[in-house]
Amino acid sequence: MTAPATLRPLSELQALESESIHIIREVAATFAKPVMLFSGGKDSVVMLHLAAKAFWPAPIPFGLLHVDTAHNFPEVLEFRDDAVAFYGAQLQVASVQDYIDDGRLRDRPDGTRNPLQTVPLLDTIQHGKHDAVFGGGRRDEERARAKERVFSMRDEFGQWEPRNQRPELWSLYNGRHLPGEHVRVFPLSNWTELDVWDYIESEKIALPTIYYAHQREVVQRDGMWIAITPVTPALDGEKVELRSVRYRTVGDMSCTAAVLSNASTVHDVISEVGLSQLTERGATRADDRLSEAAMEDRKREGYF
Amino acid sequence: MAPSSPVRTAPTLPAGGRTLLRLATAGSVDDGKSTLVGRLLFDTDSVLADTLDHVEKVSKRKGLDRADLALLTDGLRAEREQGITIDVAYRYFATPARKFILADCPGHVQYTRNTVTGSSTADVIVLLVDARNGVLEQTRRHLAVASLLRVPHVILVVNKIDLVDYSEETFTKIATDFALLARSLGVLDTHCIPVSATEGDNVVVRSHRTPWYDGPTVLGYLERVDDTPLAVGSEFRFPVQHVVRPQRAQLAPWAARAPIVDGDYRGYAGKLESGRISVGEEIVVLPRLSHARVEAIDTPDGPLDFAVAGQSVVLRLDADVDVSRGDILAATDAPPAPVRELAATVCWLAERELEVGARVLVQHGTSVTKAIVKAIDGVLDLSFESGTVPCWSSVDSLRLNDIGRVRLALASPLPIDSYREHRTTGAFIIVDEADGWTLGAGMAGGTPFIPRANPTATASKTSAPAQSGRRQS
Repeated sequence: MTAPATLRPLSELQALESESIHIIREVAATFAKPVMLFSGGKDSVVMLHLAAKAFWPAPIPFGLLHVDTAHNFPEVLEFRDDAVAFYGAQLQVASVQDYIDDGRLRDRPDGTRNPLQTVPLLDTIQHGKHDAVFGGGRRDEERARAKERVFSMRDEFGQWEPRNQRPELWSLYNGRHLPGEHVRVFPLSNWTELDVWDYIESEKIALPTIYYAHQREVVQRDGMWIAITPVTPALDGEKVELRSVRYRTVGDMSCTAAVLSNASTVHDVISEVGLSQLTERGATRADDRLSEAAMEDRKREGYF
Repeated sequence: MAPSSPVRTAPTLPAGGRTLLRLATAGSVDDGKSTLVGRLLFDTDSVLADTLDHVEKVSKRKGLDRADLALLTDGLRAEREQGITIDVAYRYFATPARKFILADCPGHVQYTRNTVTGSSTADVIVLLVDARNGVLEQTRRHLAVASLLRVPHVILVVNKIDLVDYSEETFTKIATDFALLARSLGVLDTHCIPVSATEGDNVVVRSHRTPWYDGPTVLGYLERVDDTPLAVGSEFRFPVQHVVRPQRAQLAPWAARAPIVDGDYRGYAGKLESGRISVGEEIVVLPRLSHARVEAIDTPDGPLDFAVAGQSVVLRLDADVDVSRGDILAATDAPPAPVRELAATVCWLAERELEVGARVLVQHGTSVTKAIVKAIDGVLDLSFESGTVPCWSSVDSLRLNDIGRVRLALASPLPIDSYREHRTTGAFIIVDEADGWTLGAGMAGGTPFIPRANPTATASKTSAPAQSGRRQS
């Protein structure tokens, strides 16, 4: 019996999807208690979708974790809960606000809460005895991430040691670790921003509405469009404008900026991303502008 | 095709669409590798304004009169401070036809380990030489690694051609030396391109300064090189990742309905590492050696008639055979015999040395087996002359960056292929049982280099008079 198979290689998206599913299955099979970070952002939604596909027709065999800064866009939180139900997953929320309320963490002078996520994240990993933590990071995002392994070791303090990483060969992922250590796993390592959007289109994956163009009151600050919210009020002398904007990344309201856009569908967004002259982090993440090595420093400390 | 196949026509392979090609760079320090990679990114419009802005600022700060494209590939703070590349970095660029994943491997002598890592998944190696220096010891080393790892295509970028006045004679001599070397090392397919990464000649844009060269540019080559993975054409191999046994039918709104009747579903999830499989075909379960036929190929997008290398699927079998994680489903035609003793070429990747008697773990496919090192039959001497092949010297241990012949006794039988025929199921890694570190990369079976001396005659415990040929450390 001969198969009607062709010798044509897989398409780019098929190859990426297959690689990610392989990674997610390896983790579920070789770790005691994995957990998947889930914020409702597009990368984490794609990762959740892949996890659901990886174990179909069985349910996802691990839980989801959101480190909530209490500075989230309400549209994203609502979407987050809908998506969790849609994929039949279980979500646990670690609250930065709780840490601030009881004094374990203090707000920074600049109001940014992204760096504050690290402590609740590491505590949750430790208390939950999670030995593997899935993150939606991609290597095309940032300089330091370009060097990160798919399976990335973290020591007892949750720290990343970029100069001492395990070699990762073929598709043989090695997740063995000592007690107290854990492994960060990045199934989307080889995806680019455009791949993520192409996949969202081809799989018809739902996203929070703020990824698409909508009218919003914004001010121009430090070359970026910042939405007027309770945590980011207009400063003296700033001109509040109503503009058509969308978000390229969905993070903490205090440090995520919008871009001017009329892209109201996935297709429009893909055209826009293809033409964009700025990287997504450069355009929209104030926290990565802190210094040349801002991401590297946060990653070393255990940030995702 | 199965004549009475119960499955409907399913979404299978795309009629066209962009494909994925994996590249690895290799070269010595100062061959201009970072500049070449920067140039590829820049000329394919993969560098966005803010990144370029940053590079221009840094270049100015360093007193340069134009943007140093090599800075596009800087990753870690220590690398920027020391002006070196420490670790493999992954870069992404695309054209309408293909997306490229480039493993950018540092060129220091001591970092052979990085080249091995980057080459393990590469379809193409982009190897650089400086036109003023030609083929060097480093070039021979990298090409030997490409041959060992069975990378299908190697392009030699003869860089800094501007510094030899775009000399055809110089290029032809290097290309001839290289072709000879490639042939002696058994490299499958090679091509040479005269390039100036700094000036942009023949990287993306064809240069009018090399009218004597009528081949493709670097990008042109990468866009047209045959991208059919060797794995697609070879025999079916499917390491089982996990057994899918849902207790009840999940009615997922986003997926196809699973064919579950009264909780009776048993499927095997995995990725085809090589070959193809169709519904109705017979397979053998390794290492158990039981036989069954494929009843269905399930995916959340619907059932498939067939699947090819690279696809992640769930297979259901018609017989009630025992299958668990770690097993390999294989074509019945010449499946690998499960072995208790494994002879392999091993690239040593760790500071700690490998010695005879060491207890290690062998990770292969989806299985992990305990192993003891029975013998180290020699280390590859990569400082060989052109026109010869590397030879094996006898040693007592393997050190970082050594490539050696090793024999391992395995605690349980392993159905491992010869790496020469199967680049994935012939590969394994050696793991430290105590701390989990990845110590070595193994390739089962013979090597492309015929040992000069009979390796078994120079057993590991004999003294090592041939140490002189060993890599200086």
